[in-house]
Amino acid sequence: MQHYTMNLTLKVWRQRNSKMKGHFETFQVKDISSEMSFLEMFDVLNEQLVAEGKDPIAFDHDCREGICGSCSMHINGRAHGPWDQTTTCQLHMREYKNGDTIVVEPWRADSFPVIRDLVVDRSSFDRIIAAGGYVSVNTGNAVDANSLPIEKQRADESFAAASCIGCGACVAACPNTSAMLFVSAKIAHLALLPQGGPERKVRAVNMVQQMDTEGFGSCTNIGACEAECPKGISLENIARLNREFVGAMFSGSPQG
Amino acid sequence: MAIDSKIPAGPIDTKWKTYKSTCKLVNPANKRQLEIIVVGTGLAGASAAASLGEMGYKVKAFCFQDSPRRAHSIAAQGGINAAKNYQNDGDSTYRLFYDTIKGGDYRSREGNVHRLAEVSVNIIDQCVAQGVPFAREYGGLLSNRSFGGTQVQRTFYAAGQTGQQLLIGAYQALERQVALGTVEMYARHEMLEVVKIDGKARGIIARNLITGELERHFGHAVLLCTGGYGNVFYLSTNAMGSNVTAAWKAHRQGAYFGNPCFTQIHPTCIPVSGDHQSKLTLMSESLRNDGRIWVPKKQGDNRSPKEIKEEERDYYLERRYPAFGNLVPRDVASRAAKERCDAGYGVGSSKMAVYLDFAAAIERYGKIEAGKQGKPDMGKEAIIALGKDVVKEKYGNLFDMYAKITGDNPYEVPMRIYPAVHYTMGGLWVDYELMTSVPNLYALGEANFSDHGANRLGASALMQGLADGYFVIPYTLGNNLADDIRTKAIPTDHPAFVAAEKEVSDRIDRMMNIKGKESVESFHKRLGKIMWDKCGMARNAKGLEEAIKEIQALRKEFWSNVRIPGEVKEFNPELDKAGRVADFLELGELMCKDALHREESCGGHFREESQTPDGEAERNDEKFMYVAAWEFKGDSNYVLHKEELNYEVVHPSARSYK
Repeated sequence: MQHYTMNLTLKVWRQRNSKMKGHFETFQVKDISSEMSFLEMFDVLNEQLVAEGKDPIAFDHDCREGICGSCSMHINGRAHGPWDQTTTCQLHMREYKNGDTIVVEPWRADSFPVIRDLVVDRSSFDRIIAAGGYVSVNTGNAVDANSLPIEKQRADESFAAASCIGCGACVAACPNTSAMLFVSAKIAHLALLPQGGPERKVRAVNMVQQMDTEGFGSCTNIGACEAECPKGISLENIARLNREFVGAMFSGSPQG
Repeated sequence: MAIDSKIPAGPIDTKWKTYKSTCKLVNPANKRQLEIIVVGTGLAGASAAASLGEMGYKVKAFCFQDSPRRAHSIAAQGGINAAKNYQNDGDSTYRLFYDTIKGGDYRSREGNVHRLAEVSVNIIDQCVAQGVPFAREYGGLLSNRSFGGTQVQRTFYAAGQTGQQLLIGAYQALERQVALGTVEMYARHEMLEVVKIDGKARGIIARNLITGELERHFGHAVLLCTGGYGNVFYLSTNAMGSNVTAAWKAHRQGAYFGNPCFTQIHPTCIPVSGDHQSKLTLMSESLRNDGRIWVPKKQGDNRSPKEIKEEERDYYLERRYPAFGNLVPRDVASRAAKERCDAGYGVGSSKMAVYLDFAAAIERYGKIEAGKQGKPDMGKEAIIALGKDVVKEKYGNLFDMYAKITGDNPYEVPMRIYPAVHYTMGGLWVDYELMTSVPNLYALGEANFSDHGANRLGASALMQGLADGYFVIPYTLGNNLADDIRTKAIPTDHPAFVAAEKEVSDRIDRMMNIKGKESVESFHKRLGKIMWDKCGMARNAKGLEEAIKEIQALRKEFWSNVRIPGEVKEFNPELDKAGRVADFLELGELMCKDALHREESCGGHFREESQTPDGEAERNDEKFMYVAAWEFKGDSNYVLHKEELNYEVVHPSARSYK
């Protein structure tokens, strides 16, 4: 693969904290290598800002291998940028060419308030999990792992749903800022497994209730969430969530 | 202080059973009065916090990430070992114990490792009960694969995302306790000091990373589950935020640091592409199940790999280590790659890489599939296509990641790989109960030194993190706290808390007021280069002595010329990082001192002065069969304590994988 360098114009959202108003600021970066990751390009910009005595741009990032779900940039109008099923940290600069302008914003959602610049507060996702996204089994309760055979296809489907990394791209991509893809992925992960069976109803009801309490919008079947999900979580999970939820609501006590 | 590892007496396979049946217990009503602080929410921290919450303790859990689910355990790819013997291939608790002791090059404790092997089976049961979606066979039962340093299939996995699935399981258990009110979660908080009262750890000072405010938190005991310190090398497979700060603060407060120089360099990582590089990405060891590692037989061969014929390739691991082949342990595989590259056989533009090739595996799997479909003569192209599908199912996400980072298609061209810093076997010294040399201060998971000796086998880190959190600490903590039930919660206006907070705040102010010229990042890079060049895959006395001086000088420069923008009382990632780099600048020196004093080669620690004629690591059991536990006495001043290792069951011998 041929490598090259480029100069770019960046328009980046700056916001000092959750209370102050934000604005776009324009920066020039030079000699960016096509082999860099998108976040490494930001490293270069931040080093430049520190050298100039300015505040570097705050952004969330940690593993830089596409699995922790920390990074969260909205790049030229797309969550995690233009590559399919890719987190921002795995987006590489060979996507861009010399002279390009790139606009970078934080996730935009009332339920994800901005903390600083591109960093947002996603603790609402943790609270949704705390509302029921688990199997109630204390340490030490378990029986032998192979005493519970699970059909391979079901196990694979459950795994596919469980591969959600909780980054919030689905919310950021949705015009209604709905969290249905995130919530449905967890509900499907557990509903597909026998271990999740006993709490299926109460889980669906409580997680959906918490999602509403957090102020996420409604799902109107647009599908932007699936298109932007870095892990390819399928819309079929939302259909499953709807079945689980309706089933729970119309089968007597959702408490079980 | 004399070192007492508190290994229970008796035969190896009864030590833990006897301990569990005789340790002291805390009754449920008293547990509700006992407060526990857990720092870090990776596999060790999340499993400990959840389990202790379930038992009724009052737990506070801290992580610097925005959510406990993002701890770096999430990135573990390949799998988790357990002595289930589901494959009927001769595995047993003893064999897992033996493989781990041998893999660690006879520098770990028998008692600890046997316990680890015993509880390994419970971990798998627990995780399945939580809904962790492990890979399964068509019959619905769990699937296994092989990892380096073993000849059985005992590794459980969830595609290339095993760490993620295990961590999500532990995280969900943790969030369940948060909902039940037994665990209070403090995300975006960093621990910056251990508070000691009457010689015991009784709390921490933490910084709220959003507001920058310092907070005081009391605990009857403090558990550090804060991971490893591989980022001291700047480039590593660790997350950007992974750091030694919590462990280092504990060390400065009296916790001994065990075997700090024992670092694992992982053989299969994507090579460095340039100066801009911020981290290195691992390609799971599981790839060595099917991938074959080779370099050209001719030095400086610039042809593309496809043009290099079979007989012109040197499958050097298969050649040097026929018994284990591509599945030799990590330290052996890494050194072999370095040896070939240093000798001029490396590939790629940097020449610091070797090939990991799947062509043979693709063809082999393709033939099996064609046979299954009853069309063994379907033609080479069709067979290859089928084989690619099989490889995609097994390793698809890893192949995708490789393609995204390098722009090459690994289904068509062999991957280029090179060793990179991955894991640190060293860590806070702990006894059998996981307590450090500071009473009531514990260390779990990668943060402690205990189970992997001088080299960790693949798929054993996840096992150890969860063993410590789910199955060890629930017993050993109670044994200690049973004597502490009369201790009331200590108010945080106690002078020890006030003094600790002032210490932290003064240090932050000192750092902010330097207002120098050089960025934190730049200091970190410079430290990393010293460490990699002189305390990396191969070490010698001259280099280590130089490194110690260079690090001391760099530290001095840092404290007079670092530039930290922004304010203290706000969200300021540069300040967070500055504190971590300052601690790495102290740790690096200790690592070099430890490496310098250990005049032998063992596991990941390779001293060039100590090798066999054919270039293998040469141990010196007579002089160095001990854990080096370092005590902090002041800047650049460390005292060595030795914990002798007694092998009652396994007889240390030259470690051979030939």
